[in-house]
Amino acid sequence: MIEMKGICKTYRVRKREEGLGNAAKALFSREYTEVEALKDMSFTIPDGQIVGYIGPNGAGKSTTIKILSGILRPDRGECSVNGMVPWRERKKYVSRLGVVFGQRSQLWWDVPVMDSFCLLRDIYRVPEERFQANLERLREQLDLGDFLTAPARTLSLGQRMRCEIAAALLHGPDILFLDEPSIGLDAVSKLKVREFIREENQDRKTTVILTTHDMQDIDALCSRVLLIGKGRLLLDGSIGEIRAMAGENLSTEESVADLYRRFGI
Amino acid sequence: MRLYWKFFSIHLKSEMAYPASFFLSCAGRLLLTINALAGIGLMIWRFGAIGDYTAGEVLLGFGVVMTAFNIAECFARGFDVFSKIVREGTFDRLVVRPRGLVFQVICQDMRMASLPNIVLGSLVILYGARASGIAWTVPKALVLLSMVACGSLLFFGVFLVYAALCFFTMEGLEFINIFTDGIRTFSQFPFDIYGKGVLFFTTAVMPMAMVQYWPLQYLMGKGRAIYGMFPVLSLWFLIPCWLAWRLGIRHYASAGS
Amino acid sequence: MRQYTSFFRIHFLAGLQYRAAAFAGFFTQLFWGLMEVLLFRAFYRYAPERLPMDMQALSSYIWIQQGTLSIWNLFGWERELFQAVQTGSVAYELTRPTDLYAMWSARGLAGRLSKTMTRIIPVLVVSSLLPAPYGLRLTISFPVFLAFLFSMALTLWLCVAMCMLCYSLTFYMTDYRGIFTFVPAVAELLSGDLLPLPFFPPVLRKIAELSPFGSLQNVPLRIFGGDIGGVGILRAVGLQVFWCLCVTALGYALMNRGLRRAVIAGG
Repeated sequence: MIEMKGICKTYRVRKREEGLGNAAKALFSREYTEVEALKDMSFTIPDGQIVGYIGPNGAGKSTTIKILSGILRPDRGECSVNGMVPWRERKKYVSRLGVVFGQRSQLWWDVPVMDSFCLLRDIYRVPEERFQANLERLREQLDLGDFLTAPARTLSLGQRMRCEIAAALLHGPDILFLDEPSIGLDAVSKLKVREFIREENQDRKTTVILTTHDMQDIDALCSRVLLIGKGRLLLDGSIGEIRAMAGENLSTEESVADLYRRFGI
Repeated sequence: MRLYWKFFSIHLKSEMAYPASFFLSCAGRLLLTINALAGIGLMIWRFGAIGDYTAGEVLLGFGVVMTAFNIAECFARGFDVFSKIVREGTFDRLVVRPRGLVFQVICQDMRMASLPNIVLGSLVILYGARASGIAWTVPKALVLLSMVACGSLLFFGVFLVYAALCFFTMEGLEFINIFTDGIRTFSQFPFDIYGKGVLFFTTAVMPMAMVQYWPLQYLMGKGRAIYGMFPVLSLWFLIPCWLAWRLGIRHYASAGS
Repeated sequence: MRQYTSFFRIHFLAGLQYRAAAFAGFFTQLFWGLMEVLLFRAFYRYAPERLPMDMQALSSYIWIQQGTLSIWNLFGWERELFQAVQTGSVAYELTRPTDLYAMWSARGLAGRLSKTMTRIIPVLVVSSLLPAPYGLRLTISFPVFLAFLFSMALTLWLCVAMCMLCYSLTFYMTDYRGIFTFVPAVAELLSGDLLPLPFFPPVLRKIAELSPFGSLQNVPLRIFGGDIGGVGILRAVGLQVFWCLCVTALGYALMNRGLRRAVIAGG
């Protein structure tokens, strides 16, 4: 179970202005602005739920994920995942966590994908039997078959993303964070990925937080959606409720756009 | 550690996937050492001798620092390119894995192209050891080994400081170059050649002289036996480096990137 | 033409922003200069008659070398551009009505000049305060000084042209890291970075001076120190011009050919 209570996080950002005069001034003095990335963020996610996390860019989505991953410490508030505080018991906590960053690969570029997988097995200390079992399952469900012996750089984006997802699940985590997993994928790959996430969630009760701009992903997978804007949680409900708020006969995409407008984010 | 060697072999495989480029990289690194040797050679050719040192003694001192540097570069390069690791978000990836952070950063980047340089550095040491006319005994050989080992650790310490600084700022860190490339370049000659100021700095602040100059005096028979212990004593340097690293991580966890 | 001056301006201004980098660079250069002067001082005290240049000329050489480092330092090339070629993202450049060679050259020039602007004055000031013969001293006449400036401009051109040539070569290789490591190492020796060329034995010196690397900073620095004078200046600068034209032409040709090949390969 994921619990966040009253989480706040503020960043200091340097100001940069254009022109020769300001550039020279910047050599001698600096100005900072404070950016409130998260304000009083609270929600609870029970085990086995697939939650969609949406909002415009800069709303605070990746800050939330980083706090839940143990990368960042919040300024205020409490957070507990399966009884552990993410940033305190890092090693113990992350061994139960899987993360897929859509735009950054964790696979080695020039060696066969299988080598990357074996390395991950050793990093996470997965017993050989369990590793083989997971690998077989993933290979079948994500249709990885032939290209595990190919270097990652030779794969298409769709193939690579499926390998990325497999890589994140080799150690059998309870919780999965997916950050823009279907970005740039062709239609077939997208469907495969969604199908897989659904099965994974049903079979193994993996809790999933899906950050995405693709509303079809949300439609297909998420029973619950969290809408975040300017650091605050604006909506927390099912897809049906979201669409009901926006207006009749609008697609999910249009509903969400309408909500962005209404909330002024 | 088994996991370490697995990373090592995957790095090796990765770099050797481009044989032509790998070969050129190795050649390039070797050239840097050869250049430095050429520099020493040319100076000797011009001046006949270097201060009170014979060529063999100079080469011995140089070989030690060169080898130590290349060992650090080969095995701990992750820290040397740490700014890239943070900037590209790879560090976040490491935080999300259930392993120690220092270990992971070390495993993150290893420069295989420095391996031949380690061999070359060792050859320089061997040549210098013979040409210098030093009477070798077991204790002296041990001191020599400690010079190389501790030297690598000192460079590793500087890399740690650099990485720690990367957590605070990405800019203006070029000056760390002074302590890595700078020290390595100027260690071509024993540090006392540069004068008392430099000798003091490299003994008390960045104790490279405790790994080159002072034990060298002992080996040459011109210094006290205690100087032979200096390489190990110099490791005090690692404590502030380590503290800086921990401080950097705390800062990152609260300020992000 | 205006778009290239815009590129230049953008990159130049961006380069000026880096306050901390400027301090760090200046500090590093001061350190390097100091160590080299101390090194040569040891030899000067020991056997002054064996120095191929007099100590003051050598010191001036070292200090002006450090001050102008950003201009001629081959290491200052940009990894991003190598990567752009290697990953193929450079093909997007063909969709723009700009010449890639000119654009990247403008960028290189801007980068080097802005770095120099932020570092050269402090280095020159501090080094002139040092006592003779270890500090920076201007010992040459005004016309010779002009020749020095002209020669330094040629060095800048040649250096950028060499960087461009290396970027161009990346089109023909699968991995740039080899060139990236190998070329600066060769340059370090032959350009006089490691040790001023007059220190070399005669044969090696001749080879280095005639090579394109010998036409980099070696020429203006020695003009400044008074080591090259009179007719020698004309000869050396002439050789610089020759290499500038050759390397530029070669780089330009290779780059265009490489771009065309990239388009044909597709993907």
